[in-house]
Amino acid sequence: MDFLNAIILISNFIIVPAITYGSQLALGAIGVTLIYGVLRFANFAYGDLMAFGTMVVILFTWFLQSKGISFGLLPTALLALPIGILFTIVISLFFDKTVFEYYREKKSNPVTFIVVSLGIMFVLNAVVRIIIGPNDINFMDGHKFIIKAREFKQLTGLNEGLAIKSTQVITLITTIITCSVLFYFLNKTKTGKSMRAYSDNEDLALLSGIDPKKIILLTWVIVSILATVAGTLYGLDKSFKPFTYFNNLLPIFAATIVGGIGNPMGAFYGGFLIAFSEIALTYAYKKFFKYLLPESLEPNTLIQFISTDYKFAISFSILVIVLIFRPNGIFKGKVI
Amino acid sequence: MYFSASKLTGGYGGVNIIEDCSFNVNKGEIVSILGPNGAGKSTAMKAMLGILELKNGEVFLDNQEITNFKTQDRIKLGISFVPQIKNIFTELTVEENLEMGAFLNEENIQNQIEKMFDLFPIIKEKRNQAAGELSGGQRQQVAIARALMTNPSVLMLDEPTAGVSPVIMDEIFEHILNIKKQNIAILMVEQNARQALEISDRGYILVTGKNAYEGNGDYLLNDKEIRKSFLGG
Amino acid sequence: MKTFDIKISFSIMGLLIILVGIFQSWGVALSILNLCLISAVMSMGVNIQWGFAGLINFGVMGFLAIGGLATVLVSVPPVFEAWSAGGMGILVSGVFIIAVVFLLFFINKKFNEYKYKNYLIFIIIILSIPLLKLISGPSISKIESINAATSGFLGGMNLPIIFSWFFGALLSASVAFVIGKVCLGLRSDYLAISTLLISGIIISIVKHEEWLSRGVKNVIGLKRPAPYEVDLQSADWFIRLVEFLNTSKLSRIFDITERQDLLSQLVISSSGIFVKLCFALIFLLVVCSLLYLSEKALRSPWGRMMRAIRDNEDAAKAMGKNVVKQHLFIFMLGSAIIGFAGAMLVTYDGLFTPSSYQPLRYTFLIWVMVLLGGTGNNYGAILGAFVVWFIWIQSAPFALYVINLFTSQLDETNAIKLHMINSIPYFRYLMMGLGLLVVMRYRPMGLLPEKVLRK
Repeated sequence: MDFLNAIILISNFIIVPAITYGSQLALGAIGVTLIYGVLRFANFAYGDLMAFGTMVVILFTWFLQSKGISFGLLPTALLALPIGILFTIVISLFFDKTVFEYYREKKSNPVTFIVVSLGIMFVLNAVVRIIIGPNDINFMDGHKFIIKAREFKQLTGLNEGLAIKSTQVITLITTIITCSVLFYFLNKTKTGKSMRAYSDNEDLALLSGIDPKKIILLTWVIVSILATVAGTLYGLDKSFKPFTYFNNLLPIFAATIVGGIGNPMGAFYGGFLIAFSEIALTYAYKKFFKYLLPESLEPNTLIQFISTDYKFAISFSILVIVLIFRPNGIFKGKVI
Repeated sequence: MYFSASKLTGGYGGVNIIEDCSFNVNKGEIVSILGPNGAGKSTAMKAMLGILELKNGEVFLDNQEITNFKTQDRIKLGISFVPQIKNIFTELTVEENLEMGAFLNEENIQNQIEKMFDLFPIIKEKRNQAAGELSGGQRQQVAIARALMTNPSVLMLDEPTAGVSPVIMDEIFEHILNIKKQNIAILMVEQNARQALEISDRGYILVTGKNAYEGNGDYLLNDKEIRKSFLGG
Repeated sequence: MKTFDIKISFSIMGLLIILVGIFQSWGVALSILNLCLISAVMSMGVNIQWGFAGLINFGVMGFLAIGGLATVLVSVPPVFEAWSAGGMGILVSGVFIIAVVFLLFFINKKFNEYKYKNYLIFIIIILSIPLLKLISGPSISKIESINAATSGFLGGMNLPIIFSWFFGALLSASVAFVIGKVCLGLRSDYLAISTLLISGIIISIVKHEEWLSRGVKNVIGLKRPAPYEVDLQSADWFIRLVEFLNTSKLSRIFDITERQDLLSQLVISSSGIFVKLCFALIFLLVVCSLLYLSEKALRSPWGRMMRAIRDNEDAAKAMGKNVVKQHLFIFMLGSAIIGFAGAMLVTYDGLFTPSSYQPLRYTFLIWVMVLLGGTGNNYGAILGAFVVWFIWIQSAPFALYVINLFTSQLDETNAIKLHMINSIPYFRYLMMGLGLLVVMRYRPMGLLPEKVLRK
């Protein structure tokens, strides 16, 4: 019984939240990695692109709600998602046409790209705050919990409860669907393979008749989808605040590099690795050990590796360690 | 002549690397471009592909002038090129490399891939392996196979035997002879001049960006002066 | 491309600030000037790293915070109670950290052949964190519980705050040494990302280690290198000075009480301006000396070598230059200057608020200054700081003006108009972003490009 309680405890406080957070990071990291793989720069405007997409989703959600349209048990935001994606695609392509294309044709160095992505970051930052404001927005509606902790306790008779929010399940399912479609596309379809080929060897891709314009367009489309989906899922699960989205860029970068920049599968694992480490290393295991150990051995400290204040610091430290020891990421494998 | 270039002049940044160079090759023929380092052999090839901007000269394919065509359009017309370095997609599997080679073809890719596997049996075994994991000789075969996937009428090879052992070199030349049988025009730049001439029908020798000698393989191999200057005695 | 003249551009900038003084107020104008000067120090620090050596440091925020922390550590009086309660534990932990760092460097150097070196280092790091917590935990909670509302930290050395500027530089340089040792070998984009992330770690340390910095509880009422307004207002010489400066204004009033009222009003407003003026002089002195030193360094053989390394690292290596060492040195130097500026900023504000450090304002804005002003050119970096800070402050009134212009037909209570007016603070981001994009496109070398120095 105690053993079961311990397992439930860990599931409730580590596994479920980490899977949710990991999914959100993974989607974000795949986007960053695709941009890096195809367009060859680290896009610092990505966090704000996520915020932009989510903002459009929220605005359209409000619109739908004002018309009395809802999605039943599911959040209305899911209905608004395609519109958000559409707007994000438009703005991505707009920035590509007006900004990035020029530097691409000039074959500018990666640092120039980073700098102009900073410019776009500032612009998007302003656009989002001007349109929707800097404050916390909760746009989750529909059914909130799949199972509540109390219900779980009653159901199982255990001491520990397991609460599963519907956003957590939605996040997981959406991530599974998005990633499966994406990896199927990249690995099994001709266009997807040509994208990987372009990322691997640009010159040879040109010699094979692959059209770089199409590849770049496609990349922005995919990246916009991923950014909007990841942003919306994060916003549904927690809440929407532009500054948080900017800050999320940092663990996303960490996940991207940990997984090997340019490698989508690595970014996927990287997202989960970062999420699990952040949550598992800041969790206080006192109660967990209380269940497992005999009374005499029970701990009297929190048994916490590092305080939750340093949640972000963990992902950064992992990143720094990975960068020093394995600059190409911990996963050996395919660049997209 | 099926594929010909005449009086090509061009280079980078105002400096002419090639001047008044002319080459031609017919279907079912192997033609080598030889010469010392820095003679402009690879540049000449790039000029024929449309990668290098020309100041002067004309390129014809099958009696059609293609001088002003973009590289991509030349590829669509059936010219295929194997670069000297970075000539495979290292992260893609062998089979995916071939598929990418046939990117412009709409159908029959599988047939064509099987044909390539018949031509290069070794890479068939490695079809699901990442191309970057193969040995040098095998990589070269993948690179050539990728270029052949478009069913080209002209195959251009930039030093196909650079950096491989003599045994592998013979193997690659063997393969090139086999490709010739499919009625393809083959134009290659080579460092290993003597071995290249042995399989070539004709050859050009470039010196400082200009045509210095040309003629059929036996003639170039047997000419005393050429032997002394370019073939190492 | 035509380049702006240094003298003309700085004159325009000065004129703009004077215009602000005339049309808004001299207090605002001096505030802008002071922050422009502080920003100039920051951008010169970044410029030394990026413009001279091509090192991309996105950790500016972290070094600024370290400089800010230095003001606390130097100028605040020590809390003796806290020292006696937990000082020992903190000292022991400090020694422990230094020992671990030395151990790591030692292992990294001496165990080069050892296959599992990296794992060993990793394990040591992992083990040392809980150990550190074990050593420091009790002392920290003791310190933080002493007078939690007013102190709850160790305090500082009670020295004049001006020392903290140098201490901040020193502290920044030491942190930069560790970061540089770890990160400088990385590719440019990785360096950018990792410095950004490390600055995030620094901020979370400053924010959460309350025994050291009071964290989010902030430290207020820091000392000043300039007089206080209250003291000035009661100082005879100052009142007389104000009286003298405003003779004509005062002489027009004949009623004595009215005149006295006006004088005391003038004294109050002038005291604020006087304080800012003092700051401005000190800051100007800093900027000028830094500029002098930096220009001298740039023209020295060392400066030539740095530029050679930046422009062609391989060639410089081939000529026997120790690129790694030089990079580390310049990274420390630039970071020291940024730390110096961080201490200046906190001194000027008079308070240390760790939660106010955000990358957009304290890292990327400084970068915009450097890029806009002219990479590799000290005058450019200073001009960039002035222009960017000026726009940053003045974009709000400007945006208000524009919004009012375009919505003049709309009612005062119109939702859109109100919404726009509420979002005025964010127009500055828009201006920054667009400004950066335009400059990168049409003047990629900045307003004052690097001059090709010839002998």
